[in-house]
Parts: sequence; structure tokens; C-alpha cells
Amino acid sequence: MTEELHEIRLHVNGTSYALTVPGRRLLSDALRHDLGLTGTHVGCEHGVCGACTILVDGAPMRSCLMFAVSAVDAELTTVEGLADADGSLGPVQQAFLECHGLQCGFCTPGFLTTITAGLRDNPRPTHAEAREMVAGNLCRCTGYQNIVKAVERAAELGAGR
Amino acid sequence: MKPAPFAYLRPRTLEEALEALAANEGAKVLAGGQSLVPLLSMRLAAPGMLVDINALPDLGAITVADDGVRVGALARHAAVLADEGARRVQPLLGKALRHVAHPTIRNRGTTVGSIVHADGAAELPAVLRLLDGWVEVASVAGRRTIPAAELFVGPLESSLRHDEIAVSATFPGLRAAEGVAFDEVARRHGDYAMCGVAALVRTEGKQVVAARAAYLSVEDVPTVVDLTAALADGVDTASLAAAGELALAHLEPVADLHASAAYRAQLVRVLTRRVVEAAHADALTRQGVAA
Repeated sequence: MTEELHEIRLHVNGTSYALTVPGRRLLSDALRHDLGLTGTHVGCEHGVCGACTILVDGAPMRSCLMFAVSAVDAELTTVEGLADADGSLGPVQQAFLECHGLQCGFCTPGFLTTITAGLRDNPRPTHAEAREMVAGNLCRCTGYQNIVKAVERAAELGAGR
Repeated sequence: MKPAPFAYLRPRTLEEALEALAANEGAKVLAGGQSLVPLLSMRLAAPGMLVDINALPDLGAITVADDGVRVGALARHAAVLADEGARRVQPLLGKALRHVAHPTIRNRGTTVGSIVHADGAAELPAVLRLLDGWVEVASVAGRRTIPAAELFVGPLESSLRHDEIAVSATFPGLRAAEGVAFDEVARRHGDYAMCGVAALVRTEGKQVVAARAAYLSVEDVPTVVDLTAALADGVDTASLAAAGELALAHLEPVADLHASAAYRAQLVRVLTRRVVEAAHADALTRQGVAA
């Protein structure tokens, strides 16, 4: 049996893409394999690790827990969409650089998207709120101290404004 | 790509969705997908068709009336948690929802979906069961209401028929002289709890006239125990301990990878004491009575 394919459009970082996918294509795989946007990383693929987190209509969601065909009506933002218009680092990215908030970088795209939305909702987080903001994302090498510092530095840089 | 192949349908009307379910016995409803997609990716489930209800109109509403909160099938956990009216009419919603996974999951996962997924380890089924709420379900044959007491029939098994969609869940509001509380213990922040307790206490003055608690992750289905008898003579260290023992007399804690049955029993004791005491204090605070 030939698997049924769906012709869809995804709206990612302000660009509209046409793609043809089976219903079971995870959104994370569509971004990486069909659109070549490999900044979104895939870790556990069951919603635990947070590496694949993207913004769906501005809200962080796990792209591995959505199907591409189900994302057609949404505006998607991946880590590729977080840099400023001139290509320079966005404030959350800049804060990660300054605070050594990454080592291997595998988990970083999920942290950047999560924190971007988190600071938009809460531009001046307390230390406890900064920790809570990244509680749903796993990092296995940097450790969380510098990531939490990066959240607070990004707030200073005005990421939420 | 790990899920097994399935036919995918994204209907624009409820009627279209219901007809697809009626015509395909192996079809499953996709709403938030935060429980379903992992099951598909791990191939623990392989339905022949997914009926994606995310494009249906009008199912995202959260309707607040004095007697309760009605949550539409597409209302995300985050939207319910952010709804001040919902939290005011039934404060247990806010207290329990902030224990549901992480905010990122709550942005996509739906409250009604979590209920009809009927996971004995989930928070919202226990909350609906404690409050004696109900779900409204639709099929091509019409609509019916299923009380929470008849909804959870086994592990991950609700009493919905394969051709039915749960269109809303209704949580009765907090009434005068009632207080509520919720707490759970998990290995890791945001993980499934090894034991969770929701409690509802009604008082006259300081006197407890009714006390019930719902237990999640203790048995395969959310279980409610009436604790009034243990607390009728007052709320103190001894009566709260007695309430924990009374609860255990009605529960058979399961053992799994995460916790032994004995450890779960200990969590039932500890959380019963903690949560019932908090619900009692909540009831007194709402009436302006000093504890």
C-alpha cells in the first residue's frame, strides 16, 4: 500500500514553505528533513527533553509532539528565527554567549525558544522564576547554573521588551 | 519517523469529524496530542486513522458560571490555568493544573483530552472525579453526558465509545463553606506523580461535615475516598493520621518502576495529612474563620 501524502504549507520564521508529507511526519522531522531547518534538535522524541521546542503562534511547544499536517494554521518560530534582522545574535543568544550557557549546544535551541517566550511573558523574572522558566528543558553537559544566569542576563539585555 | 502509518483527516466541522469516527472503528481523535503522540511514536498505539479536531470551531471556549466551569475540547491546560474566572469559581483547577507536566506541554495539551485519555496518573481525571463533574460527548447518534463516576473504567480506558468525541468537561464550582487543596510527589519536577491527592472539605464553623479525597497514581484509575468519619471530631495530628489509614483501607497501591506499593502507601499517608489539612484551612480561610 502506498502511503497517502498531504500537500501542505508551513509558515516558519516569516516564510511560507510548500511540502508534501505523510500524516505521520512529526513537525520536528518536517522542519529538519523537509525544510532543512536543522537548528531544531531532536533528542528524546517523546516530549521530555525539550531540545525540539519551537514557538507555535508565540507559545513554546514540543515540535516532536505535533504532526506537520496539524501545524498548517500556525505561525512557527524556530531557533533560526531568533537572530536579529541583520543576522546578529538576538538578546537571548547573546546572553548565552556571554554567560557560557552552552557547551555542546545540543539542547540550546530548545532553551533559546523557551526563554524567548518566557521573557516575553515575564520580562523581569526573579531568580526562582528564571529557574522555573527552564525547568522543562534538559541539559546534560553545561549544567544549569550558567543557563539560569543567561536567563537573567537576557532579561537585562531587554529580551522581553 | 516513528509512528506507524495512519490516514489523516482535518475536518472543519464537528459533523464531519463525527461521521469519520462513525465510519472508521480504528480511528482516534487528535487534540493536543501530548499523550497520544508519544504513544504513537513508541508504537504502543497504531490507529488506522487520526481525526484531528484542532481546526474545529468553537471548541476552545472556557465558560464560567457560578455553578461551574465548562471547558471546551480544544481549551489548552495553559488557557484554563490562566483563566481567572475559572480559578475563582473552582480554585482546585488552578491548584492542580500547575502540577500538569511543564508549561510547554500545557501550551499544547488539552484539559478535556487529558480527562478522556483516562490516565490514572494524571491530575485532571482525579479532579473531575473528586468534584463529581461530567463530560459531554457527541456522536452521529446525538449527545450524552457521562458523570465522572462512570467515566474511568480501567487503565487508560474511558467509557466513551469509539465514535464519540468529548466536546466539553464541566467542573462544578466551589460552594459555600468548602475548601480545596492539591499536592503530589514526583521523582522529578514536572514528571508523572508517584502519588497525588486532591481534597475537598466542607465545614460548619471549624467542624468538618464532609471530607473527600481523590488519589492519582495510586491505582490504575483515579479513586475517591470519603474521609469524613476520620475527621468528624476535629482536625488534628491524630485525626489526620486516621484519615490516611482510612484512605489506605480503601486503596490498593500499585507497584511499578517508579515506586513500590509500600512507598506509595507511605505517600498516601503523608499527602492525605498534608492535603486534607490544607483543604480544611482553605475552607476556614474562605469563611474568615481562624484555623
